[in-house]
Amino acid sequence: MTFEAGRKIRTMIVDDEDLARQVLREFLSAHPEIEIVAECANGFEAVKSAAELEPGLLFLDIQMPKLDGFEVLELIGANRAVIFVTAYDTFAIKAFEVHAVDYLLKPISAERFNAALERAKERLSGKTPSVPLPAMELAASARPPSQYLDRIPVRDGTSVFIIPVSKLDYAEAQDDYVALVAGGKKHLKQQTIASLEAGLDPSRFLRIHRSFIVNLERVVKIEPYGKDTHVAVLAGGVQLPVSRAGHARLRAFLDR
Amino acid sequence: MHPILAQLRRLLFYLLGWIPLAGMFTYLLAVPGNLTWFEAATVSFVLCLLYAFVCLAAWYPCMATPLERSTISRFLFTHIVGAAVASGIWLFAARILGRMLAGLDEFRGIDTRLAQDYPLIFGTGVLLYLLAVGFHYVLLAVEASREAEARVMKASVLAREAELRALKAQVNPHFLFNSLNSISALTTSDAVKAREMCILLGDFLRRTLGLGEKAAIPLEEEMSLVHAFLAVEKIRYGTRLHMEETVGADALDAQVPPLLLQPLVENAVGHGIANLIEGGWIRLKAERRDGDLDIVVENLFDPEAPPRRRSGVGLVNVRQRLEARYGDRAKFSTSIDGSTFRVSISLPVEVQERVP
Repeated sequence: MTFEAGRKIRTMIVDDEDLARQVLREFLSAHPEIEIVAECANGFEAVKSAAELEPGLLFLDIQMPKLDGFEVLELIGANRAVIFVTAYDTFAIKAFEVHAVDYLLKPISAERFNAALERAKERLSGKTPSVPLPAMELAASARPPSQYLDRIPVRDGTSVFIIPVSKLDYAEAQDDYVALVAGGKKHLKQQTIASLEAGLDPSRFLRIHRSFIVNLERVVKIEPYGKDTHVAVLAGGVQLPVSRAGHARLRAFLDR
Repeated sequence: MHPILAQLRRLLFYLLGWIPLAGMFTYLLAVPGNLTWFEAATVSFVLCLLYAFVCLAAWYPCMATPLERSTISRFLFTHIVGAAVASGIWLFAARILGRMLAGLDEFRGIDTRLAQDYPLIFGTGVLLYLLAVGFHYVLLAVEASREAEARVMKASVLAREAELRALKAQVNPHFLFNSLNSISALTTSDAVKAREMCILLGDFLRRTLGLGEKAAIPLEEEMSLVHAFLAVEKIRYGTRLHMEETVGADALDAQVPPLLLQPLVENAVGHGIANLIEGGWIRLKAERRDGDLDIVVENLFDPEAPPRRRSGVGLVNVRQRLEARYGDRAKFSTSIDGSTFRVSISLPVEVQERVP
């Protein structure tokens, strides 16, 4: 979605504190080109409203109930202008890694706010190239090694599911998506399998094939299949292909 | 200063140790038959008393020739020469003693008879000196290990002090930033409330000022700090925040480390209430039981909330401060029961006398 002259910028404010939303509302009221389409107090609401209302610009708090700001951004896609608003300066690097337009620290000054808004308008009018999809992939690969995912948020239309990684059986690459299979249910998420792999703890999850990551706890046995390949049999009876490289990794893991 | 001469008690023990040696020497002198038992005993005890002091001199060559840093040749040379000199002195003393005793009726002719035992006396002198050398090395080793122990003790005391300084309780700056942001919002919409919040925040900050330096404050003071903190948070969270507290009247004057409860309540707000859309409760209980002060802080939380990225810093700080201050005498534990998070603390009650 891009900003066109004469059209208002559809804007959402997401913060769990009423007073924090109030400041943003007040600052935005000085800009007639802005139209506030929704104010949300938690992550679920934010994802739902973003899916329904297609805002071009979001002001996102980071620490909120249900989903944090980064998870919200991951679910609504990065092709919108996002300005993070938080009291914590520790997330700034991560915010720019996910291509946030700006990062405002509370308490917010009007000058700083207006500068951020200008940058957002430039981004929306296409003067500065907006980086489309790989935002969250960078975020995943930039994660420090000790900090692996312990849950994966997934959006289906306007509803959000949280998959704890311990419940994840396996993941399968499907074009631009990954299919996450947990407890027999399949959830599609717009993400590459490589970025998902980077976020998962390598001592619990293994890439056994170009298109498959498996939860090692679910693997019951490995059987030969054809000349060079194998299949991994999971607890529920599901069989997943194991490539030659995947088999080598599996062996290396078991030998350790 | 020689460690044995430094204390009279040690010197007495040392001389007591020489009594059996003097007994043995009496036996050695009497057996060849040159001296009677009475003469042997007299000569032996006088000579041994003298030699006990001569042998204390072994301390200096032992200090100068530390076992672990001396060559064998130097070690042997030093102590053999030392033994020869000491024993020579002893022999000379024996000769003088013999002459002096010979003047008495009871010991007539003892000097010539004693002269026949000179090789025996010299040999015994060498052996006794070498025994003293061994004894002094043991003494040196004991001293060294005692010094090392003292150094370790001192280091651990210093480390603990440094740790306490580093752990000095601090107010979480993000609480300030968020509160200032709320005040900023209120200035245009509700100036009266903005002022009220400024006053509440000022009140809280004033109470925390200098608290980190104090070792302990009455629980009552800590509770009023908690109340000042909650008054500010109430404005931010409104009806989402419910606080219930039960504090025993006898617990109020118990001494607690400053900023013991405030970080726990702050944690309950930040990790509990802040993640709940409808809000929730925090319960604080404090009571005296036997010699302990038992404190429980519970709060409702959302087990499926996004993981907080700075979780538990406040709790870890409180636990470490309790450990550093009370050691095993304080207990700190956290537990999760469904959607209730609980911190339990127990610490020994210390009450400061009130100045009337």
